[in-house]
Amino acid sequence: MSMLDGCKTTGKFPAGGCYDLFLRAPHTMAENQDHEKQYVGFATLPNQVHRKSVKKGFDFTLMVAGESGLGKSTLVNSLFLTDLYKDRKLLNAEERINQTVEIIKHTVDIEEKGVKLKLTIVDTPGFGDAVNNTECWKPITDYIDQQFEQYFRDESGLNRKNIQDNRVHCCLYFISPFGHGLRPVDVEFMKALHEKVNIVPLIAKADCLIPSEIRKLKERIREEIDKFGIKVYQFPECDSDEDEEFKQQDRELKESAPFAVIGSNTVVEAKGQRVRGRLYPWGIVEVENQAHCDFVKLRNMLIRTHMHDLKDVTCDVHYENYRAQCIQQMTSKLTQDNRIESPIPILPLPTPDTETEKLIKMKDEELRRMQEMLQKMQQQMQDQ
Amino acid sequence: MEPPAVPEEEEEEEEEKEGAVPLSMAPGPVGCQLFGYVGIEAVLDQMKIKTMKTGFEFNIMVVGQSGLGKSTMVNTLFKSKVSRKSSQPGQEERIPKTVQLQSITHVIEEKGVKMKLTVTDTPGFGDQINNENCWEPIINEQYERYLREEILITRKRKIPDTRVHGCVYFVPPTGHWLRPLDLEFMRRLSRIVNVVPVIAKADTLTLEERAEFKQRIQEDLKTHTISVYPQEDFDQDPEDRALNDRIREKIPFAVVGADQEHQVNGKRVLGRKTKWGIIEVENPAHCEFPLLRDLLIRSHLQDLKDITHNVHYESYRVRRLNESNRPGLSPLNGLPGKGEASSHL
Repeated sequence: MSMLDGCKTTGKFPAGGCYDLFLRAPHTMAENQDHEKQYVGFATLPNQVHRKSVKKGFDFTLMVAGESGLGKSTLVNSLFLTDLYKDRKLLNAEERINQTVEIIKHTVDIEEKGVKLKLTIVDTPGFGDAVNNTECWKPITDYIDQQFEQYFRDESGLNRKNIQDNRVHCCLYFISPFGHGLRPVDVEFMKALHEKVNIVPLIAKADCLIPSEIRKLKERIREEIDKFGIKVYQFPECDSDEDEEFKQQDRELKESAPFAVIGSNTVVEAKGQRVRGRLYPWGIVEVENQAHCDFVKLRNMLIRTHMHDLKDVTCDVHYENYRAQCIQQMTSKLTQDNRIESPIPILPLPTPDTETEKLIKMKDEELRRMQEMLQKMQQQMQDQ
Repeated sequence: MEPPAVPEEEEEEEEEKEGAVPLSMAPGPVGCQLFGYVGIEAVLDQMKIKTMKTGFEFNIMVVGQSGLGKSTMVNTLFKSKVSRKSSQPGQEERIPKTVQLQSITHVIEEKGVKMKLTVTDTPGFGDQINNENCWEPIINEQYERYLREEILITRKRKIPDTRVHGCVYFVPPTGHWLRPLDLEFMRRLSRIVNVVPVIAKADTLTLEERAEFKQRIQEDLKTHTISVYPQEDFDQDPEDRALNDRIREKIPFAVVGADQEHQVNGKRVLGRKTKWGIIEVENPAHCEFPLLRDLLIRSHLQDLKDITHNVHYESYRVRRLNESNRPGLSPLNGLPGKGEASSHL
């Protein structure tokens, strides 16, 4: 039994479907009647929510950060089995000297078994690459704050039907495997961001480490994270009524943090099978082999089991912190200015870009709905 | 010089003898044939015996961010525990706040040949958030020391040579390009010392990635006119050039260091054992460590020392003497303006 099945019993949404409760074959009449006496029927609520969400689709914003050359793009491609970076051009020498940290968003719509996911990857090229990296994380913290601010404004606004949630739900931070632990840049970055976003630290390019080195490095990183008081994303405790296997898997997951990952864009032939991997003269590294690296654990955690939890923590903890801070700042400013304002805080007008972006998104949604309706009508006409 | 003894051997030189050619424009000493064994070749043996008695000195510096395997590489190169870490076992790895230079000297011996090897390590290089000017402490003060010894009236018979003969620069295997820090450092230092760039921890790159990375690095070096060892300007003859060209094609070497031995096919080899195979350090199909070792030790060691002495040290000396702005140098006072002796990098 995988963790997927475990989710069924807790009522959390698995990525796959569990229509059983609603579509199960009816019992015999006698059983039904007995059943009916005690059965109210709200046990189908999760399924109703499920069906609605499937129609609406999910969205998820993932940020990747770390020095260049650590395999971030390759890992993202491996995680979502897409090629998001095929048009990427590497800069030439002069451009690189003056490179600053940028924020680049890639959005892609993926669909699997009828479930739609709008995935946004926020990339941070240029981070940690310069000679002087002081405050190189500032553009990133600014971006995250901007997304919070935009959501805050939308939430306090009048039209709340189509709020676009661009908040960053998770940040994968790539730690270089070539060091002896965390570097000063890593520590400063994580301390600047741990209260704004869920940080999941990863050890990149783990195929250059032998197993004993990986163990030592993980211990070292865990010690340093504690020492510097960095609050990385904690996996939620599983309930006590879960079965033993689920709990065992959960424990293994927690013990292998930070995950040592390898990514690959290429498919190689290993033991007669075609797998994603890297071909070396001395052997083949398989990305999805649990003995080789923790990629499978990361993927399961990120997509299959904890995606919703990441979103919840972002909404409930990080966003609320931001909101509380924001309101506090405003009220303290107001008492200073000694003015009486309306309870809804007045924020500076949004820039025209975000407004038009929202309009475009709304129109896109309408278009898509109309197209779906058209398709259904055509289908009906063909059937007749 | 004795005049040529046998006339008939000199047909080709006759034209030169005819005209009154001043000595400075003479085409070089004329060759002649010996008609018996003189014993000139024995001078090679004499040299050999002498150098074996005095021994060699070799100073190597390793530069790069922490964790790139510098100490392991040095141990692997000289097949003994000569690195800083081996002399201070049990000391925890901590990134120092400023770049430090730590030198360890060992005397190693092989087949009667003694070598005094000094390894200078640079912990703290490139590890901080702000790495501006982290290359300044590495500015070579050894030249200054050697220069002062050289201009003394009563010099030591053999001036202790602490000048760095070769600097191995470790480039992290990002697979993309050289970082601004790498470019800055190599540009400044290749003017005063022989820099040999290597790709560290190359077991993280597949062969295609390795080839692409190398090509990009070579392009970068050319664009920024950084001349790494072996420098093109110092090739003495076509034979040298051919040999060095072959080396230059492969620069920077992709190396892997290891200090543990494993069993492969019945032999014990130095390597790294992973779940998907064993990386053999001395196998040319796996990594280019043998090429680096051959370059540094087996074929170009003397060349490194010669270029350091004849080219880099001389240009430093010329610069310093011009700075001092005096027609004759008074060895009693030493060189003036020691305070302004910071190299203009």
